Amino acid sequence: MKIMDRRVILDELKKVLLPYTHNKEALNNINEQTDLIKDLKINSANLVDIIIDAENQYNIEIDMDAAEKINNVGSCIDVIIEKMASTN
Amino acid sequence: MGRRVVVTGLGVVAPNGVGVPAFLDSLKNGRSGIKFIPEYQELNFNCQVAGIPEFSMADLKGYLSEVTMHGLRDSTIGYAIKAAADAWIDAGNTLNGEEIFWETGCVFGNSIADTDSMKRVIGMVDAKLSRKLGSRMVEQLMNSGATAYISGLLGLGNRIITNSAACATGAQAVLMGYEYIKNGQAKRMVAGSNEFVDRYVFGAFDSMRILSRKFNHSPEQASRPLSASAGGFVPGSGAGALVLEDLEFALARNAVIYAEILGGESNSGGQRNGGSMTAQNPAGVNACITKALSNANVKGSDIDLIAGHLTATGADKMEIENWAGALNRYGDDFPLINSVKSMIGHCLSAAGSIEIVALVLQIMHKFVHANINLEDPNQEILKIASAGSIPTMCINKDINIAAKANFGFGDVNTCLIFSKYENNG
Repeated sequence: MKIMDRRVILDELKKVLLPYTHNKEALNNINEQTDLIKDLKINSANLVDIIIDAENQYNIEIDMDAAEKINNVGSCIDVIIEKMASTN
Repeated sequence: MGRRVVVTGLGVVAPNGVGVPAFLDSLKNGRSGIKFIPEYQELNFNCQVAGIPEFSMADLKGYLSEVTMHGLRDSTIGYAIKAAADAWIDAGNTLNGEEIFWETGCVFGNSIADTDSMKRVIGMVDAKLSRKLGSRMVEQLMNSGATAYISGLLGLGNRIITNSAACATGAQAVLMGYEYIKNGQAKRMVAGSNEFVDRYVFGAFDSMRILSRKFNHSPEQASRPLSASAGGFVPGSGAGALVLEDLEFALARNAVIYAEILGGESNSGGQRNGGSMTAQNPAGVNACITKALSNANVKGSDIDLIAGHLTATGADKMEIENWAGALNRYGDDFPLINSVKSMIGHCLSAAGSIEIVALVLQIMHKFVHANINLEDPNQEILKIASAGSIPTMCINKDINIAAKANFGFGDVNTCLIFSKYENNG
């Protein structure tokens, strides 16, 4: 499989996060350290929806154990890369 | 003298008008909102017409954030948000502030949460895909979804109640809101109700053979309360909302006052002595109206207008009999009476609140709307109430005191007495 560049995934994540983020400008300026709840003020209940959307985007399955590791953009990218590697 | 309760805001999503200006124009001009629904023909329904508001979820832009809009699909919650937010703004308030209004609560009712949402959940769960449903389904399956959205949007901090009493729901919500203010538990209440009659609820009513079926090709004529050719009701959807307010609280913030609620009553006929799941015990209706009058401290002879329940079934004649008996007014002495359902059909739980918005508009703008489609009045009804009491044209009229009632499955009744607002201390 093609290992995706973390930078490409980060840009694609901006689109996944868009419907759940009030502050569109903060979303434009995210980096791997950006915290989804503290920095982007995303409602914690919506993390479930973001995971479902990311699953559909990358055709992967993110189980609950993996989902618990997600708190910032970097950990989100880690989980996506790990699941893409194990799925394909 | 105890606390007085007044109406200071109105919002409506009705089959013949979304928003108060459009609804008012339709009421004055006797405009029907009943349409032929091709899907109902495909489903082999006897009744193939319905009252559906011209509303889309996109109409909520400006009320809800994009984040909240994303994932909200539920029409019945959408109607409720639109009506309640419009009423709140109409009362001179703004949206999206950070303030919590501890003195303001909400009573908003409905019959059933949106079955399209339920269907989506059932399909996904049965396909073993529940993990794909996401975080936004539960709030749209709850009967309290509408009140949850409304109270969150407006920042309401007093009691938040979702009521359900079949076709009496809307009137009962307004009565409960009135009582909370009257009793001093709240200074303001957002009160109303919402309903989306989807194909499943519609089909269940259709199977009872109580819906209009002979006017599928002339839908605007299908809802015919009080007429000899009334052959069942036409289901409708929508929402109505009112801001109710303690008079002193309203005056202190210089609110415009539309009307006053003098009193009301809600009861049941006990499903005895002619009452059943689907019919009202006349003694229960009589007691409800009589108690509402005494709570409001008015006499039957004071009533200028009855805003009837009048669905266009055989129950219309019984309703006229019950009004005549409770008010002790017959023939030429029977008050004016009209039914919004002739234009919009029967909006079930939303009926009461939409019809109360219509009544307050008639008090404010000094008119009595027409009973449309009344070409062949039921002769049995004319033996109780004179033809002159059942207007078929819109008439100009200064309404001092009006009675509103709705009756529902389970033999439940609610009656409210409204008056124009007069600053008489």
